Amino acid sequence: MTARIGVVTFPGSLDDRDTRRAIRLAGAEPVALWHKDRDLHQVDAVVLPGGFSYGDYLRAGAISRFSPVMESVIEQAKAGLPVLGICNGFQVLTEAHLLPGAMLGNDHLHFICRDQKLRVENTDTAWTGDYTAGQEIHIPLKNMDGRYVADAHTLEKLEAEGRVVFRYLGLNPNGSLNDIAGITNEAGNVVGLMPHPEHAVESLIGTGRTDGLPFFTSILKKLVNA
Amino acid sequence: MARVVVDVMLKPEILDPQGQAVQRALPRLGFDGISDVRQGKRFELEVDGPVDEAALARVRELAESFLANTVIEDFAVKVEEVTEAAE
Amino acid sequence: MSRTPLDTVEHAAGTPDVELPWAELGLKKDEYERVVEILGRRPTGAELAMYSVMWSEHCSYKSSKVHLRQFGEKAPQSDALLVGIGENAGVVDVGQGYAVTFKVESHNHPSYVEPYQGAATGVGGIVRDIIAMGARPVAVVDPLRFGAADHPDTKRVLPGVVAGIGGYGNCLGLPNIGGEVVFDACYQGNPLVNAGAIGVMRHEDIHLAKASGAGNKVILYGARTGGDGIGGASILASETFDDAKPSKRPAVQVGDPFQEKLLIECTLEAFAEKLVVGIQDLGAAGLSCATSELASNGSGGMRVTLDDVPLRDSTLSPEEILMSESQERMCAVVEPEKVDRFLEICAKWDVIATVIGEVTDGDRLEIFWHGGKIVDVDPRTVAHDGPVYERPYARPDWQDALQADDANKLPRPETAEELREQVLKLVGSPNQASKKWITSQYDHFVQGNTVLAQPEDSGMIRVDEESGLGVAIATDGNGRFAKLDPYTGAQLALAEAYRNVATTGAKPLAVSDCLNFGSPEDPAVMWQFAEAVRGLADGCLQLGTPVTGGNVSLYNQTGEAAIHPTPVVAVLGVIDDVARRTPVAFQEDGHLLYLLGDTREEFGGSAWSQVVHDHLGGLPPKVDLERERLLGEILISASRDGMIDSAHDLSDGGLVQAVVESALLGGKGARLVVPDGLDAFTFLLSESAGRALVAVPRSEELRFNDMCGARGLPATRVGVVDGDAVEVQGEFTLPLAELREAHENTIPALLA
Repeated sequence: MTARIGVVTFPGSLDDRDTRRAIRLAGAEPVALWHKDRDLHQVDAVVLPGGFSYGDYLRAGAISRFSPVMESVIEQAKAGLPVLGICNGFQVLTEAHLLPGAMLGNDHLHFICRDQKLRVENTDTAWTGDYTAGQEIHIPLKNMDGRYVADAHTLEKLEAEGRVVFRYLGLNPNGSLNDIAGITNEAGNVVGLMPHPEHAVESLIGTGRTDGLPFFTSILKKLVNA
Repeated sequence: MARVVVDVMLKPEILDPQGQAVQRALPRLGFDGISDVRQGKRFELEVDGPVDEAALARVRELAESFLANTVIEDFAVKVEEVTEAAE
Repeated sequence: MSRTPLDTVEHAAGTPDVELPWAELGLKKDEYERVVEILGRRPTGAELAMYSVMWSEHCSYKSSKVHLRQFGEKAPQSDALLVGIGENAGVVDVGQGYAVTFKVESHNHPSYVEPYQGAATGVGGIVRDIIAMGARPVAVVDPLRFGAADHPDTKRVLPGVVAGIGGYGNCLGLPNIGGEVVFDACYQGNPLVNAGAIGVMRHEDIHLAKASGAGNKVILYGARTGGDGIGGASILASETFDDAKPSKRPAVQVGDPFQEKLLIECTLEAFAEKLVVGIQDLGAAGLSCATSELASNGSGGMRVTLDDVPLRDSTLSPEEILMSESQERMCAVVEPEKVDRFLEICAKWDVIATVIGEVTDGDRLEIFWHGGKIVDVDPRTVAHDGPVYERPYARPDWQDALQADDANKLPRPETAEELREQVLKLVGSPNQASKKWITSQYDHFVQGNTVLAQPEDSGMIRVDEESGLGVAIATDGNGRFAKLDPYTGAQLALAEAYRNVATTGAKPLAVSDCLNFGSPEDPAVMWQFAEAVRGLADGCLQLGTPVTGGNVSLYNQTGEAAIHPTPVVAVLGVIDDVARRTPVAFQEDGHLLYLLGDTREEFGGSAWSQVVHDHLGGLPPKVDLERERLLGEILISASRDGMIDSAHDLSDGGLVQAVVESALLGGKGARLVVPDGLDAFTFLLSESAGRALVAVPRSEELRFNDMCGARGLPATRVGVVDGDAVEVQGEFTLPLAELREAHENTIPALLA
């Protein structure tokens, strides 16, 4: 018994194929979803991958958020469908108001690509069960618009409710408030983060670490055991 | 045909590194006396038909839901006379 | 604005005395007369536009052609070559049914005028060349050269170029896995922005730029055509400019990587469904180039209705439409019954696609506008029969004096302390310092197949997930060496790139080049060019690595001052299993360091002579390509059989530079012993070619030594991986922390 995990391709998505590979390596079945298609094809979870959907013109994620597939994703996420937004996918989730706050350009104004150290702050979400609380991991980070911002009230609420899932360690690579690298919604089914777990799933590729694989095994276990 | 202009600016409390980069460059270029620069976006919408309250309301709606992200940005809508001859 | 009457072929024939602005369009008088002779009448304005851009230096290679022929004439026998020079890019067989296409091109002048867009569209152009061969682009590399690191203009040009490469390549989803960044005052005002790309396909998917089959439709797809870079090819790239006047800005095109990403996906989908007979990207010279190339390479002629070209600017004249260099456009030849499906795929990706013409059974390229025939030419005369110049060349009279100014006689450090200071200065000098500030602005990870990326010796990409088949690419070029001796300099560039590929464990297969030189109208420059091409062609023959294609960039000079002759060589290699790759970083304490090859007193053009003495003179290091081949074989065998676990090629900065890089990357120090017969200075800083540093686990030492001994490759044990410093016994110790500060802070301090 396995699980079907959808990966949406928007025009300008870049890491969609890599994400499907990561899902496959974790033992689940990846399903390609198309932005113009409202139908989620009965997937058990959805990943919004990284990239520059619609060229990130207007604002990162702003145009994708209004695509047909997102109507279904928003509707079903509110009903509990596990959704993971990686980088551009995180940006789409904040634009869609499935997650609070917003993403702005890095404070240093450059694209940054690095092996980023993170601390796992919350292992109760649908996507982080295979980590241990406080675990320190390395996940590649690569983005132009990675600076997480939210108003003081929202930040307080996120912190108080333990909804900061990942925090940057060592170096805050983009000026994100409270060193926030990733957050979840109240129910814990929707998670967004800037770093790219799908690029840390094979010991030979990229940085050679596999710290990202637990994202995909976490969701698989959760779905299979559900 | 009329033009409606939507100006979108980052909210005052949000850090604007692009604006700051511009500001930092100014003294180097010999432009003194400018204490702050903030960078925004300007959208020019060519509207078919009359720009009445109903039309403006629609523009405000699209500005609020799409052109601006009101989590971080404010917007202003204004009508501009299109003066082709002057351009 | 409409001009009356339309300058049709008929009108041109009836008005032989009309003066056309051929000089303004960059044609010489005799070239214009040749056009008139070919046509048997004066050209129409549209025809003149086509001939002028296609016969420009940039498109016709008119100055370089006579020399470039050697790459074909001296091409080594190679079973690996599937498509050679002349197509959009060469194609190499890498086994298991896979083919790899790769190419390097220049975008030098545009990047000086407008660094961000110039560099961005350079990436866009080379990527379209790769797609046009039928391949999915899998990686890019960027060999870059700038003026002095501390010059104010470098601070303008470099960040823009880097942001442009990143902004475009990152948005396309292409990992940037290699390249170089070199600073030298000779590139002031003439930065070299070369861009390379690699693509992968199955053998059966190779596509060529030709229009065959009468009745087949010609489809233009991608961005709308605007007034971008009109005359850019002929004006920007063909004539030198003394200063960047604002008036030249509009001649630079603006790129839209998002559009290009859609173009990649929709083209590959059309290929997968076998919908495409022939294909050509639109780069320099836009539609003029695409239509004349497609028509001349095919069996028939072509008829095009220019009115059908989707425009961004409705005021464009037909001449301007033909010359426009608007980016992100491609031209496909499709059988009539497959047109609907092709257009459907374009619609799926929101790409505008329009049938603009068809293949005819004649042999003419005919273009219509508003019902009138404005072009009627033999396309071969446009695309292939451009002028060929036998430019005079002569060894410059200063060459002897330059070579006599022997760098081996420069004052050397007299004490260990002085040597230590010079080493520290060297590894922190802009050329030898870490380029992480630059490369961290490029995405290395996207596509999930990056095995190695800069600062490794070569970039390596996995091609097949099951078998582990991979390809490696390295680009190298040393303008200082080439200035001292262009023939040897070109061979040193080849040798270094070849070595860099082998160091990572891959077998070198083929070569692409980007030849950056000054004005061909200067006999001294032309001599440098001729010598470099001869050197490279001879070298490729000897190493068995054919040149598959490349690019020539001339007129890189301001006034009388030309850049150093800078042949940049890219070598592509294959590795059966990427799990066997060898990284640069030291892996484990206790592993033994072996220096492979011979070290001689060779300091001409060296980094040491530049950093310590600001000197350029003498002779470059000697090249021994047979030795390079043997070294390559040993490195590949040692990788495959697990005898070494790190390796680094020795080039600029010599042994000490390699040790420092391997140590800092691995976070492990080294203790070195100066071998018998060498002094510490020569041991550490000589730049003799044909050398590499490898780390051998103790358990493999015997086997490794036996292999080197049996094959006759000198292998000298020079130390051990250990501790947290680089220590040269009896000389000095440099803690890693001190080295890291010197090596990693230089570039951010200059540019951030």
